[in-house]
Amino acid sequence: MITNETTSTTTDPSELVDERLVRWYFLAACTFLGVSMLGGLLMAFQLVHWNPLNGIELLAPGRWRMVHTNAVAYGFLANAFLGALHWAVPRLTLHQVASRALSYFIFFAWQAIVLLTAAGIIFGPSLQTSQWVAAAASKYHLAMSLGAQGLEWGETPFWIDPVALLGLALVAYNFMVPIARAKPPLYVTMWYFMAAFVWTFLTYAMGNLMPEYHVAGTSAGAVGGLFIHDLVGLFVTPLGWGLMYYFVPIMLKKPIWSHGLSLVGFWGLAFFYPLNGIHHFLYTPIPMFLQYGAVIATVAVELVVTTVIVNFFGTLWGNGRAVVTNLPVRWFYTGMIFYFLTCLQCAMQVTLTFQKLIHFTDWVVGHAHLVMFGVFSMWLFGIMTYLFPRLLGRNWYSHALLEWHYWLSALGVLVMATDLILAGLFQGYFWASLQPWDVSLVGSYPFWVTRVFAGLAMFLGFLCFVYNLWMTYRGVRSPAAEATPASATWLG
Amino acid sequence: MFESKAGILFIAGIGFFALAFVSNALVPVLMYRDLPEQTAEEVVNPKLLYQVKELSWRFPVAFEEHVGAPDEDDDAAWKETAASLLRLGRQVYIGEGCWHCHSQFVRPVSNESKRWGPVSKTEEYENELQRPVMFGTRRVGPDLSREGGRRSSDWHAVHFFNPEWVSPDSPMPRYTWLFDGSPQRPNKRGLALIAYIQWLGSWLDSYPYYEELDVLREQDF
Repeated sequence: MITNETTSTTTDPSELVDERLVRWYFLAACTFLGVSMLGGLLMAFQLVHWNPLNGIELLAPGRWRMVHTNAVAYGFLANAFLGALHWAVPRLTLHQVASRALSYFIFFAWQAIVLLTAAGIIFGPSLQTSQWVAAAASKYHLAMSLGAQGLEWGETPFWIDPVALLGLALVAYNFMVPIARAKPPLYVTMWYFMAAFVWTFLTYAMGNLMPEYHVAGTSAGAVGGLFIHDLVGLFVTPLGWGLMYYFVPIMLKKPIWSHGLSLVGFWGLAFFYPLNGIHHFLYTPIPMFLQYGAVIATVAVELVVTTVIVNFFGTLWGNGRAVVTNLPVRWFYTGMIFYFLTCLQCAMQVTLTFQKLIHFTDWVVGHAHLVMFGVFSMWLFGIMTYLFPRLLGRNWYSHALLEWHYWLSALGVLVMATDLILAGLFQGYFWASLQPWDVSLVGSYPFWVTRVFAGLAMFLGFLCFVYNLWMTYRGVRSPAAEATPASATWLG
Repeated sequence: MFESKAGILFIAGIGFFALAFVSNALVPVLMYRDLPEQTAEEVVNPKLLYQVKELSWRFPVAFEEHVGAPDEDDDAAWKETAASLLRLGRQVYIGEGCWHCHSQFVRPVSNESKRWGPVSKTEEYENELQRPVMFGTRRVGPDLSREGGRRSSDWHAVHFFNPEWVSPDSPMPRYTWLFDGSPQRPNKRGLALIAYIQWLGSWLDSYPYYEELDVLREQDF
C-alpha cells in the first residue's frame, strides 16, 4: 500500500494521477462496449430473421439483450467514467484519491461485478431447475433466480447487488476524500460529481432492493420507473456534464460562458430530473395525478437543458472553427446537439398525446440509443481520443482512422435513431388501427433492416478505434501521421 | 449554499432525491397499502387448475417426469403444483427476457381494450408474481396480460419450440432448451412457462378474441 505524504497539496499532475489506472479503466470500458455491441447486433439480426445462432441456449437473443444494456451501463459507461474521474478529480482538487490501493481493489471488484452480472444473466436461467438451486431457493425462501431480475437495468442478479452497492460506496469514499480536502470555492464539475456519488448509491439501492423485496404490482412499477430514470439522470447525466464542464474549457482555453447559467443548470437538474420517474409508465394504473406531475417535471427538465446548451454554445462562440479542427471538441459538441434533440424529443413524447401512439414502440428504442450512444458514448469517445496520447506518451497511429470512428459513429447513430423513431410511428398506427399483429411486424421489417446496417456502421467505427488504439499501443507511427505534424491543435 | 459542499451534498444529493422518492414512489406505495399482496397459491384459480391438469393429460410423460402427477382428485396437491409452476414460470419469463418484447398491461387508449380486453387495474398486479411488476418495456410481440386460455397449450409448446412454424412472420427466437428434443416433450421450465402464460388474464371472466374482430374480418388483406 502506498501511504506517502503527497496527499498534501502538490501541483505535479504525474504525482496526483495514477495514469496506469486511467488507462486500464478505458481499456476495460472498450472491451465491454465491444461485447455490448455484439449483443445488440445479435438482437438486431434476430429481428430480421438473419440470426444463424437462433436456438443456441447460451446465445439466446433474449439473454444477450440484457447483457447489451447492462454492459453499456455498468461495463462501458461506468468504467469510462471511473477512468475519467481518476484523471479529473485529482487535478481539480489538487489531492490524490483516498487510497491508491483501494483504487486498484475497486477496479478489479468492478470488473468482477460486471462479468458476474453477465454470467448470471447468461447461465442463471439454465441452472434454474438444477437440484442445488431449487434446494437453496426453498431453504432460503428466495423468490428470484440466479439469473436476471425483472427490472430494466436492475437485472443484476440478487447475489451481486450487495457487492455492487459496496463497490459504489467505496467509489464515493475514494473520491469524496480529495473533494473534502479541496479548498472552496468548488468548481462546477465538482458539484456534479459530488451529487452523482450520493445519487448513484441511493438510486442503485432503491431500484435493486425495493421492487424485488418490498413492494409488488403498481407500486413496484412506480419505484421501477424512478430507478430507470434516476440511473440515467442521476448517475450518467451528472457525471457526463461534470466532465464536459471540465474538458470543454480546457480544450477551448477559455472559461465557461456564464457562471449563473451553470448554477441554473445544476440546481434545475437536481430538482426536476428525479421527479420524472413515473413518466415511464403513463396510462398504467399508477394514480393519474402522479402521472401529470411527472409529465410537467419532464417539460421543466427540457427548459433547464436549454440553459445548459446555451451556456456551452456561448462558450464555443468565437471559437467555432474548433469543431472542425479539434476532434475531441467535435465529439463533445456533436453529443451536445444530440443531447438537445433527445431532450426536446423527451419533452414531446412524454405528453399523454404522444404516449397514446408511441408507448411500447421502437420510438422509445430510438430515443434510448440517441441518449446512450449519441450523447454519453460520444463524450467519452472524445475524452478517450484526447487522453490516450497523453496516457501512452505518443501520438495516435492514424488520424484518418479517428475520423472514420467519428463519422461512422455519428452517422450510424443518426440513421439508427431516425429509423427507429419513424418505425415507432408506423407501429403505433398499425396497433391503434386494429390491424392484425403480423401487419406491424411486416411493416417494421424495412426499418429493422436499416437498423442492422446502422448498427454495423457504429460497430465498424468502434473497430477502427480499437485497431488504431492497438497500433498506437505498439508504438507504430503511420506514414500519414508523420507527414502532418499539426496534430497538437487537432487533438486539443 | 448553492456552491458549498454541504449545500450540494445535503440539499441536492440527499434532499432532492428524498423529495422525489417520497412523491414518486412512496405516495403510490402508501395509497395501495390496504390492497393485500397475494401469494402464488392465492392466485391459483379454477381456470388455471384446469389448464395445469390439461398439461398433464396432453404431455403425460413429460409432466410425470418433471412435475410429478398428483392424485386426480387431490385438489390441494394440484393447487400446490400449479403455484410452484407459476413461480418457476415467472422466473423463466424473466430470465429469458420475454418481458423485453411483450408487455403485460392494457392501456385505456389506442383501441387496446378492443384488441385485448379490459383495461388493466391495480388489483390485478398485487401479487408476488408481480414483484417486480412485469409491465414490460416494448411490444415486438403482442401484450400477454390477457393471453391465458386464448390458445391451447400445445400451440404454445410448438410456438416456443419454433415460433415460425405457427407464426411465419414472427421474429421471436426459438426456445428449444425448454424441451427434451421435441415439442411433445417440454421439460420442467417449458411446462412452467406454459402454465404461467395460461395464467395471465385467467382471473378475468372473459376478453375478446381479437383475431375475430369485425373490423379485421371486413378488411381484405
